[in-house]
Amino acid sequence: MKKINAHSLNGFVNYGLVLVFFAVFQTLSSMGMLSNSFSGQLIPICAYIVMALSLNLVVGISGELSLGHAGFMSVGAFTGVIVSTLLQHAAAPTPFRLGLAMVIGAIFAGLAGVMIGIPVLRLQGDYLAIVTLAFGEIIRNVLNCIYLGLDSTGLHFSMRSAAAMGLEEDGITIVNGPMGAVGVEKISTFLAGCLLIVVVLFVIQNMVNSRSGRAISAIRDNRIAAEACGLNITKYKMMAFVTSAAMAGAAGALYALNFSTVIPKKFDFNTSILILVFVVLGGIGNLRGSMLAAAVLTVLPELLRGFEDFRMLVYAVVLILVMVIGNNTQAKALLHRCSGLFRKSHPKEGLDCEQ
Amino acid sequence: MLYNLINGISLGSVYAIIALGYTMVYGIAKMLNFAHGDVIMVGGYMAYCASAYMGLPALPAILFSMLVCTLLGIVIERLAYKPLRNATSLAVLITAIGVSYFLQNAALLIWSSTPVFFPKLIDLPSIKLGHITISAASIITIATCVVIMIALSLFTNKTKLGKAMRAVSEDKGAAQLMGIHVNGTISLTFAIGSGLAAVAGVLMLSTSPLLMPTTGSMPGIKAFTAAVFGGIGSIPGAMLGGILLGVIETFSKAYISTALSDAIVFSILIIVLLVKPTGLLGKQVREKV
Repeated sequence: MKKINAHSLNGFVNYGLVLVFFAVFQTLSSMGMLSNSFSGQLIPICAYIVMALSLNLVVGISGELSLGHAGFMSVGAFTGVIVSTLLQHAAAPTPFRLGLAMVIGAIFAGLAGVMIGIPVLRLQGDYLAIVTLAFGEIIRNVLNCIYLGLDSTGLHFSMRSAAAMGLEEDGITIVNGPMGAVGVEKISTFLAGCLLIVVVLFVIQNMVNSRSGRAISAIRDNRIAAEACGLNITKYKMMAFVTSAAMAGAAGALYALNFSTVIPKKFDFNTSILILVFVVLGGIGNLRGSMLAAAVLTVLPELLRGFEDFRMLVYAVVLILVMVIGNNTQAKALLHRCSGLFRKSHPKEGLDCEQ
Repeated sequence: MLYNLINGISLGSVYAIIALGYTMVYGIAKMLNFAHGDVIMVGGYMAYCASAYMGLPALPAILFSMLVCTLLGIVIERLAYKPLRNATSLAVLITAIGVSYFLQNAALLIWSSTPVFFPKLIDLPSIKLGHITISAASIITIATCVVIMIALSLFTNKTKLGKAMRAVSEDKGAAQLMGIHVNGTISLTFAIGSGLAAVAGVLMLSTSPLLMPTTGSMPGIKAFTAAVFGGIGSIPGAMLGGILLGVIETFSKAYISTALSDAIVFSILIIVLLVKPTGLLGKQVREKV
């Protein structure tokens, strides 16, 4: 009984953190105490937090390395933009449009997750990582070739060029191949971003502590033993993978609708790695850590402008050091002694590196 | 058709040489050396610096870049991968990605993101066969690839060091008991792989001469695809996979779509892995409980 209470307490702390985060920055920004560049970062922070949380579900809870997470984000982003633009012409209210864009973005990214998951989850370890990478690249490559436009006769679609769509004079181009979606109306709000984080936290925390979540962790810890206990490996892995993809899609829609231009190149391998860095630095399997890492690392370059050139170099060094030191028994013993804020509250939640 | 085939084989030879590095390291250390693609880029920059600043002729410039890359390979292995010899593959993979990022961003700081035009190190006239023209670079690429392939198979099969390498990849513990210096052998493998990467870098840049810090990442990923395609851990597999991949890429660029060629290449990787999870020439390894 005690364990369950500890779990839910931990969960409420996470909700509380999001609430405080929202309250503080909402107040600051309404009082005009935030610089322009900083308040412009608030929605991307929310999107990246959701991305980090969702990737944590795959990497931390399910124990599979996915290197194509930005692919799902881009599916969600472009679906979201298309939905929002279509509804704009149907004169729907803004919050409704944003909500629907995120939901449909999540559905499409989830579908992409199913399509990718079926072949990918039959593989293991390094092969799985490389195939998710390949899928991320395929999604980007295909999005680069998509042209979509709208005029009075309906939607027009082409894989060759904007002219090949055969739009009417007054038609608008929604997605323009490598140029991406231009002239997107910015409808994302900070409130929506925080709500999305809470929803995602709610889903992940309840999933992790449910029967299915335990099954997923069991498969991570020992696939063969879990299979021998009668767990359906594919089903549970798919569950984690598709949920994660759908959440990434919602984050993508939120992110895209915060900018007037969205290009497919934004969601490349580098973005996937960036999100992986959030997860690894926050502690694999640790939700609060992912949230903090995503928020801090998104703001940091804004604060250290002169440091910009070295940012990725520092990321790289930190990534290597975290891995090398994290796997060093002596350093680990030292960390155990000076346990701090970022320590996992339950060893079970994390990926055990000692195996 | 024949023209495309030769270009494809030439591109494939470059992939094959890079894939050899991946496959040897995977075979021996059971890790994906994600940074391998960036070693190609470093090799390219080194050859560029050697010929542009030091004024070295072609062959010494290539040897210089091979030497630097070999040392780089050993240093990377010692600093980043050796401490993780017994860690999970996830940890090693993330470290390798970190190294790859480090190399790319270090190059970005040193040489900036503006592409430099790679000098023509190999300047020979093209050959006319009937009505098609084949560039000298393609022929040299293919020839180098064949030479490397023969040398490498002689090395692994006939020499003592090669035998040690095969022993370590078979069973590290047993190899150590037989008196084989396991760490040294792994370093040697990294050294050979990185040296080959430098050669591949120069060959690649003599056909597409734009050099920038991200030059290596795409060919690296594709060569890795080639290694998996042919069966990772198998040297002839890397060769076959590389050449097939080069031909497929060139043909899909010529006949289907330039923009979608990468998507086609990666789709083929996925299809192959689904049908034959260990690649074309890979060994089927049974999982022990």
